[in-house]
Amino acid sequence: MHRFANPTRFLRLAAAVLPFSAAVAALCLGAGLVWGLFFAPPDYQQGDTVRIMFIHVPAAMMSMGVYAGMAIASAIALIWRHAVADLIAKASAPIGATFCFICLLTGSLWGKPMWGTWWVWDARLTSMLIMLFIYLGYMALWQAFDDQTKAARAAAILALVGAINLPIIKFSVEWWNTLHQPASLITMSGPKIHASLLWPLLLMIVGFGAYYLTVLIYRVRAEIHMRRTRMLRLAQADRHAAMQAAE
Amino acid sequence: MSRTFLMLIRRDLLLARRQGGGSLLSITFFVLVVSLFPLGVGPAPETLERIAAGTIWVAALLSVLLSLDRMFQADLEDGSLDQLALLPLPLSLVVLAKTIAHWLTTGLPLTLAAPLLGLLMQLSPDAYGALIAAMLLGTPILSLIGAIGAALTVGVRRGGVLLTLIVTPLYIPVLIFGVSAAEAAAQGFSYSAHMLFLSAILSGAIVIAPIAAAWALKLALD
Repeated sequence: MHRFANPTRFLRLAAAVLPFSAAVAALCLGAGLVWGLFFAPPDYQQGDTVRIMFIHVPAAMMSMGVYAGMAIASAIALIWRHAVADLIAKASAPIGATFCFICLLTGSLWGKPMWGTWWVWDARLTSMLIMLFIYLGYMALWQAFDDQTKAARAAAILALVGAINLPIIKFSVEWWNTLHQPASLITMSGPKIHASLLWPLLLMIVGFGAYYLTVLIYRVRAEIHMRRTRMLRLAQADRHAAMQAAE
Repeated sequence: MSRTFLMLIRRDLLLARRQGGGSLLSITFFVLVVSLFPLGVGPAPETLERIAAGTIWVAALLSVLLSLDRMFQADLEDGSLDQLALLPLPLSLVVLAKTIAHWLTTGLPLTLAAPLLGLLMQLSPDAYGALIAAMLLGTPILSLIGAIGAALTVGVRRGGVLLTLIVTPLYIPVLIFGVSAAEAAAQGFSYSAHMLFLSAILSGAIVIAPIAAAWALKLALD
């Protein structure tokens, strides 16, 4: 892990991983979408609307997964002052928030024909909405500081507090109200979805994961280059000032 | 050590009293927000009774939110936060002392004012006990979680709005358990489960919140 605290070494690893993750993302998303939208059979009750699932479920899983990754990266950054972990946490937040938003949007589109309404204050929808707010708060906290190291540590503390709180929020909201169907993919007795729908769904989940990795690498790389540019500019300004003083 | 701790609480209470009006403003805001609801949804007693507990809790939550941004700000501005950090007391205990003082000047007065608002909102007579008990357990959690947000945003531009954005989502479990305790009591059910959940969250928050807030304060002190 400490090997990759060095940005240059991280960039080398990222350059090696990027083609693979991009290829996996393109292949899985392409194949999963075509399979799910055109070849998977319609549901006997929900008809063609069930196809929204192929976007909705992976987006929901990834928005939670990205938060977990962000919290782990924040813990690593706080404990070991790991420079790249900070950047990973920072770069993850907008991606996770987008997944969260996609999940809410597709859920709303799915809810209209199925439940007859765009929005219900159901437990899962509500906790997804709260998660979006937590993502937004995290991103706003990053923006609020001028000093990037301070911003990183404050945001890391918030990410960890949020990680402790999210299960409590999820549980309390679930107790409060429930209309959404319970989990049917990951259960003790194995998946409860028919294989004809399960395979394209799994492809989409892998595709979403690889897409996240690809975008994450791009964002972290951009952040590292941006910081280097800023440092070079500062150094140049220093040299300029020194030369003027000498004249 | 415990003497320093008590003196810190007394200092904050004294400051709150001498600067004047802090608690009174919170309570006024609390009453004001609650009294907007009958104007908004209509004065029908059965409607008001239905939303009474929720309204009182939401208004209490907003009053606490409004009072949070001064929690560390004044001490940072006049430099006393640097002095407090130099105390032999760990910074997390300083935070805990300030949080207790904050609760004594906001959460407790709000809880004491709640029965009066219950009358205005036609709260079911069976729900009073549950509402007060839940607020006694719940408002300290609001102060504790709020301390984390206040410490994270102390000395930050537009800290107040940011503070609200950060803290509000974290308040949701308290709101849910607090309101459902009162509603369970109003319908004649036992509300001990809600109380136990609130106590569990409070015990967790007492341990975690001062440590997290102290970490955040160290950033502002650098």
